[in-house]
Amino acid sequence: MIDKSIAGPAQAVADIFDGATIMIGGFGEAGSPIELIHALIDQGASGLTVVNNNTGSGEVGLAALIRAGRVAHMICSYPRTANSTVFPQLYRSGKIKLELVPQGTLAERIRAGGAGIPGFYTATSVGTPLEEGKEKREFDGREYVLERGLTADFALIKARAADRYGNLLYNKTARNFAPIMATAARTTLVQVAEILPAGEIDPEAVVTPGIFVDRIVHIPDPALESDLVARGVSYP
Amino acid sequence: MSPDPTHPGLSRDEMARRVAIDIPDGSYVNLGIGMPERITQFVPAGRELIYHTENGLLGMGPAPAEGEGDPELINAGKRRVTVIPGAAYFHHADSFTMIRGGHIDVCVLGALQVACNGDLANWSTGAPDAIPAVGGAMDLVAGVKTIYVLTQHCTKHGDPKLVERCTYPLTGKAVVDRVYTDLAVIDITPQGFRVVELSPGIEFDYVQERTAAPLLPPSQD
Repeated sequence: MIDKSIAGPAQAVADIFDGATIMIGGFGEAGSPIELIHALIDQGASGLTVVNNNTGSGEVGLAALIRAGRVAHMICSYPRTANSTVFPQLYRSGKIKLELVPQGTLAERIRAGGAGIPGFYTATSVGTPLEEGKEKREFDGREYVLERGLTADFALIKARAADRYGNLLYNKTARNFAPIMATAARTTLVQVAEILPAGEIDPEAVVTPGIFVDRIVHIPDPALESDLVARGVSYP
Repeated sequence: MSPDPTHPGLSRDEMARRVAIDIPDGSYVNLGIGMPERITQFVPAGRELIYHTENGLLGMGPAPAEGEGDPELINAGKRRVTVIPGAAYFHHADSFTMIRGGHIDVCVLGALQVACNGDLANWSTGAPDAIPAVGGAMDLVAGVKTIYVLTQHCTKHGDPKLVERCTYPLTGKAVVDRVYTDLAVIDITPQGFRVVELSPGIEFDYVQERTAAPLLPPSQD
């Protein structure tokens, strides 16, 4: 019988290795898999490359992972947010590398990676500093840059509900990068607030089909990044 | 409008109202963070616009009451929003397919500088100690059908924002269609900046003195 449920976050992240590339879902705090990130901090893997739209806030979740010195390289579109101080400090002192990617190019690179597409052309960034070093080509009189598909060893994402096959439903704009990251990682870990019996999720409504999900962790009442930041929590 | 001698020209709300007049009924619209968000308050009666926010929502409604709303229902500025009946959620690749695939009709953005050939700089001053952050700006200008810029005509220090060539790093090349400022509405044409309309009480020469590129007068036809 297929059942992708895992006992807890610690078991789910146990095999994440030093130097791994990890896609982490979320746009700001919406969709941030904070319990999985905290389990990764406890687990200790370092030298990580992390793909996320932002760089976290306060000293919890992604910001705590960065603060703990585990992230060598960030791939993101907007490394500045309210209450974001950890990344700027490390970046200015040269302790973390940044690959800045336009948000839509980041999403498309992840989608391409998940679909087995090694590269694609886009008009985004043509004529800007972010086209530097990229192959350019003209199609039908317009210039485009070549962008590479992006894959990862692991994806850490958050969803509202799963069944044992890993079919997923999300909550509102917390969906953001999660469905595409699930496709682009060799191993996808999802934390969900609710596990439903198979058949309870309408096949017409499934957002992420279970084939893209490997491990499901039940976190019935996930913490909210902004709550933790407001309370001055610093993890660990 | 009562002209303010220390600050002639339109107020921020009046600027937003002026843009709203030009967005056709039924448009799919993406509004940049800041002043462009005011446009929603001034859509003429009888018109329906659908607001897209690039983090994954079509059919964005107004902000909820203070302290209300869902932390997982936010806009691109990471502020809580609501949805209209008939809204849709989607993931980031679909959201940017709407942008990059030319499905969004109008985008209104702020600017650091706009050049007379339509180049836009609005994401970085290029300062060496700044943390570079681009978000979706380059995707929006590359993919949305019509790009409007809504900005004060000059910086806080009085420097022109409408220039011959941008000195700040570009967001996109030849992407701006029209600029709405406190002083005028200005089109980007093959010949350069053309004044479409002057704000009430504002003279052409006054705008030209505050613009670092030649302005063409309104066309007479």
